[in-house]
Amino acid sequence: MANFSTNEFKAGLKIMLDGEPCNILENEYVKPGKGQAFNRVKIRKLISGKVLEKTFRSGESVEGADVMDTELAYLYTDGEFYHFMNNETFEQIGADEKAVGENVKWLVENDVCTITLWNGNPITVTPPNFVELEITETDPGLKGDTAGTGGKPATLSTGAVVRVPLFVQTGEVIRVDTRTGDYVSRVQK
Amino acid sequence: MTTQTDWQPTASLQALRQRAQLYNEIRQFFAARDVLEVDTPSLSHSTVTDVFIEGFSTTFEHGDRGHNETLYLQTSPEFALKRLLACYQTSVFQMSKAFRHEGFGRWHNPEFTMLEWYRVGLDHHGLMDEISELLAVVLEVEKTERMTYQQAFIQYLDIDPLADTTQRIAEVFNQCEINLSDEYPIDHDGMLQLLFSYQIEPKIGQHWPCFIYDYPASQSSLAKLNANDPRVADRFELYYKGAELANGFNELQNADEQRKRFEHDNRLRRTFRFTEKPVDERFLAALQAGLPACAGVAMGIDRILMLRHGYTHIEQVIAFPVERA
Repeated sequence: MANFSTNEFKAGLKIMLDGEPCNILENEYVKPGKGQAFNRVKIRKLISGKVLEKTFRSGESVEGADVMDTELAYLYTDGEFYHFMNNETFEQIGADEKAVGENVKWLVENDVCTITLWNGNPITVTPPNFVELEITETDPGLKGDTAGTGGKPATLSTGAVVRVPLFVQTGEVIRVDTRTGDYVSRVQK
Repeated sequence: MTTQTDWQPTASLQALRQRAQLYNEIRQFFAARDVLEVDTPSLSHSTVTDVFIEGFSTTFEHGDRGHNETLYLQTSPEFALKRLLACYQTSVFQMSKAFRHEGFGRWHNPEFTMLEWYRVGLDHHGLMDEISELLAVVLEVEKTERMTYQQAFIQYLDIDPLADTTQRIAEVFNQCEINLSDEYPIDHDGMLQLLFSYQIEPKIGQHWPCFIYDYPASQSSLAKLNANDPRVADRFELYYKGAELANGFNELQNADEQRKRFEHDNRLRRTFRFTEKPVDERFLAALQAGLPACAGVAMGIDRILMLRHGYTHIEQVIAFPVERA
């Protein structure tokens, strides 16, 4: 993998840091009147998800990370791996629990997810921004409530729990924003 | 890479008008004070020795010395202006491009507009007063604040940069969790510099422009050492809303002392494995002939323009930043 100088740093560039692939979120070049120039860089570690700030000497080089995003459809889990398929090549790939992490609760069969590969191996799985899931359990609510002010917890078919308006009932399918975990609307079947 | 739109300026027409207006106000300010506007060369046979300032250089093939000569684009008109001062003993200012071989960023373009002026008979405190008057005009600020470099470190970090050991400074540095890359060499002055950037700069000059003065003698550059406390130099910098706006000195007049500092810079350059720079002998000869007692300051005009109109990136006030130049 090529090396990148700090001059090439910009949001979205993938570099290696402490043996872990990272995504640059922000880069600021600083040159005080006195003293040497440096780059203040905000970085997300792609495996641990940790966000940190790092200071680089301006002009130093770091190793690039062979990281790429692919769009793959979720198929099924065998209990150990979560299997995804490229809808064009029909190539399949298995992501382990660590790569899927918390997002397991948003995996819906046939939904196209973004799989981040590092040296060809999946390291993170990002579900679509919106998914549709059936409510398997929620307390019966009041029919008249349409404002959705109070809300109540509802368990979805994947095990995810979201707050829904009182009028939403067990068996209905709802649309959820996976970035926030918020209820968006009911879906007509 | 050329794209179809990068021929266009990054600054709006309004920003160009605002720049022209700012230039007018500055010229009026100095005309009213009888400070002479001068124009000195951008290309010079010499450049600065300062360890952390790099000039651009080019080759001159038409010199009268029978061989190609290296010419440097000026990083500040300081040496040329002081040669005028030594000869004519009168206060001068120059507003022009300065060039530094540095990166591009929110506050940085390798060529930028610098306002530099020298006041005969004023010391650095007198000059800070005059800068405050200029800021009242161009930034409409009612007042400015002053704090010594030492006070700033004591107040915000509880360390004394003039007396504390490197070990004590390293302790505080480590507590601040400034996360350095593995290839970042750090020494006593380097830690102070980063502590200043990360821990002090965000806290000073937020409401009013703030002068930091009495810098450690190791950072004296072209400033006189303080007559009462030789641990510090008569140097100041101006900070406002996260930007470093100006750098000024009570100007060193002693040619021998100045030569020693240049030579010291070049020794440091060797340690850092940077290229050594030729010492400007004409400038030293001017000091030898006699620089009048004076104070001088260099101010970043692009940054002034950004703060004056609330722009967040330097490219908004520059017609064509380096990537489009």
